[in-house]
Amino acid sequence: MTPLLVVDDLAVEFPMEGGVLRAVDGVSLEVGQGEILGVVGESGSGKSVTAMSVLGLVRPPGRVVRGSVRFDGEDLLALPARRLRRIRGRRIAMIFQDPMTALNPVVPVGAQIAEAIRLHQPRLGRAAVRARVLELLASVGIADPADRYGRHPHEYSGGMRQRALIAMALANEPDLLIADEPTTALDVTLQSQVLGLLDTARRETGAAAVLITHDLGVIAELADRVAVMYAGRVVEHGEVHQIFTTPRHPYTRGLLSSRPGLASATGELVPIPGSPPDLLAPPPGCAFEPRCALGAGRAACRTKRPEPVAAAGGHLSACHFPGEPA
Amino acid sequence: MTGAVASPAARRFLRNRMAPAGAVFLAAVGVLALAAPLVAGHDPNAVDLTAFREPPSAAHLLGTDSSGRDVFARLVHAGRVSLLVGLLSSLAAVALGTLLGALAGMFGGPLDAVVMRAADVVLSFPSLVVIVVLAGVLGPSAAMLVLVFAACNWPTACRVVRGLTLSLREREYVQAARAFGAGRLTVIGRHVLPAVLPQVAVVGTLLVAQMILLEAVLSFLGLGVRPPRASWGNMLTDAQNLTLIQTMPWLWLPPGLAIALTVLAVNFVGDGLRDAVDPKGARG
Amino acid sequence: MLAHLVRRLLINAAVFLLISVGVFLLVRAAPGDPVLMMVNPEHLASGGPAFVAAKRAELGLDQPVLVRYGIWLREALSGDLGYSFVSRRPVAEVLGERMGPTVLLMSTALAIGLALAVAAGTLAATRRNTAIDYATTVAGLGTISVPSFFLGIAAIYLFSLKLGWVPSSGMSTPGDGGGADILAHLVLPSAILGLSIAGPFTRYVRAGLLAELGADYVRTAEAKGAGPGRVLTRHALRNALVPLITVVMIYIPQLLAGAVALEQVFAWPGMGQLAVSSIGQLDHPVVIGFAMFVAVLVLVCNLAADLLNAVADPRIGLS
Repeated sequence: MTPLLVVDDLAVEFPMEGGVLRAVDGVSLEVGQGEILGVVGESGSGKSVTAMSVLGLVRPPGRVVRGSVRFDGEDLLALPARRLRRIRGRRIAMIFQDPMTALNPVVPVGAQIAEAIRLHQPRLGRAAVRARVLELLASVGIADPADRYGRHPHEYSGGMRQRALIAMALANEPDLLIADEPTTALDVTLQSQVLGLLDTARRETGAAAVLITHDLGVIAELADRVAVMYAGRVVEHGEVHQIFTTPRHPYTRGLLSSRPGLASATGELVPIPGSPPDLLAPPPGCAFEPRCALGAGRAACRTKRPEPVAAAGGHLSACHFPGEPA
Repeated sequence: MTGAVASPAARRFLRNRMAPAGAVFLAAVGVLALAAPLVAGHDPNAVDLTAFREPPSAAHLLGTDSSGRDVFARLVHAGRVSLLVGLLSSLAAVALGTLLGALAGMFGGPLDAVVMRAADVVLSFPSLVVIVVLAGVLGPSAAMLVLVFAACNWPTACRVVRGLTLSLREREYVQAARAFGAGRLTVIGRHVLPAVLPQVAVVGTLLVAQMILLEAVLSFLGLGVRPPRASWGNMLTDAQNLTLIQTMPWLWLPPGLAIALTVLAVNFVGDGLRDAVDPKGARG
Repeated sequence: MLAHLVRRLLINAAVFLLISVGVFLLVRAAPGDPVLMMVNPEHLASGGPAFVAAKRAELGLDQPVLVRYGIWLREALSGDLGYSFVSRRPVAEVLGERMGPTVLLMSTALAIGLALAVAAGTLAATRRNTAIDYATTVAGLGTISVPSFFLGIAAIYLFSLKLGWVPSSGMSTPGDGGGADILAHLVLPSAILGLSIAGPFTRYVRAGLLAELGADYVRTAEAKGAGPGRVLTRHALRNALVPLITVVMIYIPQLLAGAVALEQVFAWPGMGQLAVSSIGQLDHPVVIGFAMFVAVLVLVCNLAADLLNAVADPRIGLS
C-alpha cells in the first residue's frame, strides 16, 4: 500500500539580511493511511515550516527550493494554486499552535467554521451548513452550540477556541490532519483533553495525522511512528517503540535522557546543553556535532554530513556512529 | 568619530533616492530666497501701470501681475516669506511640544495626564479653521500665523518626545544620574533633549511642509501674509478670476508650482530622515 | 465600555466649555458693540438709543463677565447665535442653509478619497516592495504636498476652460439645478478634496493590511482553502478597515478645513465660502457662529469615533 503522504528531500529557504536561512534541509517523511506520525524537535528545527510546505503555506520571501510532497499520488508542490486550494481544508486540514490568534477576531466562530464547509461544498444550503457546524461544535465538546455559533472568538476561552479550530479542521472529514503544536498554548490541564479529543475525532473519521510537538510525552501516548528533527533535518525516524527503546541518534538519546520521568507522559522537553546551530551558517559536517559528546574530535563529524542509514525494521538515523554509547 | 557614528543613518538617508533629491532642491530654493535681491532683477513691489499683466518676456521672465509688478521678482521674494514662516512656526511648535513632552514623560502623574489629554484635543482641531476664525475677528498677520500654528501643532512632537522620555527614564545611565542627585530638569536638559533630537528633527521637518501649505492657503484666502508683501499663497489670490486663470497662466502657475515642489521636497526629506532615524519603522 | 464612553463624554463636555470660553473671549475682543451682534437689527434700527440701553440691560451686558458668559452660553446652546451684520438674519439660519452644500461636497470627497485609498493601499500592501508599492508612496506624498486650492485652479484651467468638460464654479447652472447639473459642478471640487485625503488614508490602509495579512488567522483561512481574493476581502481587508473608521471620523474636521479653501476656488455655496466672505465683510457673528459649529463638529466626530469603534470591533465590547 502506498503511503498517504510522502515528503521527499524537501528544502525551504528564507532570504534574510545576512544571507539565506535554510530552515528545512532535505527532509523526507512518510505518513500511512490512518497513521499518526509524530514530529518532534526543538523550536527552530524546521517542524512547522515542513508542515506549512505540505499545504503550500510558506509565506514569501520563504520558498521551497527542492523536493516533492506527494499526497495520494499527486505532487502538491507542482499543483496549480487553484487545485491545491481544493485540497486544503478538504483533504488535508491544519490545526495551528496558537488558538488565540488563529481565529479571525471580528468574525463569529460559527461563520468561520461554516466558511470551511462552504468553500468545499458550495451547493450545500444555508440551513444544512449551519446544522453541520452545530453538529461539529457539539462533537468537539462545546456546550450549547446554538448559542456559541454567533459568538466571537474573544468570547471563547483558549481551550474552547482550540476545540473550535479542531471542529473547523474536521469540517470536511479530511484524510490527513496536520496539528502544529496543538496544545502548546493551552493550560496543562486542558492539554490532555484536547489531545484526547483530537485522537477520538481522528479515529472516527479514519484520518491520518501529523502531530508536531516538542513534548515527548505526547508522542509516546499518541504516535505510531516518530520523526526527530534537528536543525532543519530529520535525524532519526522510526516506530515509536524503536525510538523510545533503542534510540540510535545521540540527539534523540539526549532528548530522552533529559526526560527521566517520561513514563508519566507529561511535562515538557528540557533542552540539551548548548544551542542549535546558526542556520544562516550551518556547520559543514553534522549539525549536532558541537553539542555531541560522541562526535567530539572525530573528523568525520566535523567535515561530512551524515546521511540517513537504515537499521533493523526501517529505523533510520543520520549519524556517522549510530547506536554507539556516548 | 561623529562621521562614523552618523554614517549608517546618513547611508540610509542617501539610499532613499527621493530624499537627497529633495534636499538638493530645497538648497536651491533656499539660495534663491536668500539671494532674492540679487537675482530678482526688479523691485518686487514696484508698481508699473504701463506694464500690467504682461506675458513672460526678456524684460520680465515670468511676466507682470495686475499691478505691473514683476512676477519673478515677487516669486523669489515670496520664497523668503514662505520659508521663514514655515521654519519659524515649525520650530515654535516643535520647541513647545518637546518641552511639554519631556516634562510629561519625566514627571508623569497628573501633569502627564493633562498634557496628553490636551494634546488629543488640540490635535483634533484643524489649525486652518482656528486661524480663519481668529484672523477673521482679530485681523490677519504673519505673527499670528506662527503663534497659532505652534499652538495647534505641538502635540505631534509632544507625543514622540514623551514616549522616548518614558523609555529613557528607565535607562541605567539616567537612573544613575538621578541617584547621584541630578534633578529631573537637569536630566531632561542633559540626557533627554540630546537623545530625542533626531526624532524631533523628523517631526519638525514634516511640520515645515504642513506649515508652508497652511501659510499658502491662508494667504490665498487673504488671511495670512498681506499684500503688498508677496507670499506664494497671496500671489495666487488673483487667480480667483476665470478670465485671468484662462488667459494668464504665468500669474498662477509659478507660485503654485513653487509651493507644490517645495512642500514635496520637504516631505521627501522628512520621509528620508524618518527612515534614516528609525529604520525599523521605515517600511512595514 | 459604558464607563469609557461616559468618561469620554465628560471630557468632551469639559473641552466644549473651555472652547466656549475661548470663543466668548473672542466675541469680546472683536471690534464693535456686542449689542449690535446679539439683537435683531430691525428692532435696533427702530428702537433708538433708549431701546439699545434697555436691550443692554436685558442681555446682561452691564453684568459681571461671568454672568455675561453664562447668558451667552445659554443663548448659544439654545441655537441663538445672534444676527448677521450683513444679511440681518439669524446666524443659525444663515449657517444652516450653507450646511447642505458643504455636507454634499465633504461626503462625496470622503467617498472618493476612501475608494482611492482602499484601492491604492491594497495594491501597495499586496505588492509590497515592488515598483507599484513605491509609486503609491510617492503619489501619496504628492497628494499631501500639492495645495488643493492650486490643484483646483489648475483643474478649472484644464477641465473647465480648455476642455470644457465641466462647469468651473458654483453648485448649479441658473435655471437648471437638476441632479446631473449639480453632479457636473460637484465633480472637480469633490475629486480634488478626495485626493487630498487619499494620501494619508492610503498609508493607513497599507500599514493595516500588511499587519492583517501577516496575522495567524489569515493563514487559517488559507489552510481552509480560501483563495487570495477571498482571504483579502473577507478577512484581511475587512479587519484592516475597522480601525480606519476611527481615523476617518477624526479626519472629518480636517476635511472641512480643506473644503474652506476649495469652496472659495470653486465658488461652492457652502459654509467655508460663507466664513471666508463673512471675514471679508467683517461679519463677526457669522464667523463666530462658524467657530462654534466647528467646535461641536470636532467633539461630535471624536465621540462618534469612539462609538463606531466599539460597534465595529467586537473585541472592544469586552473591555
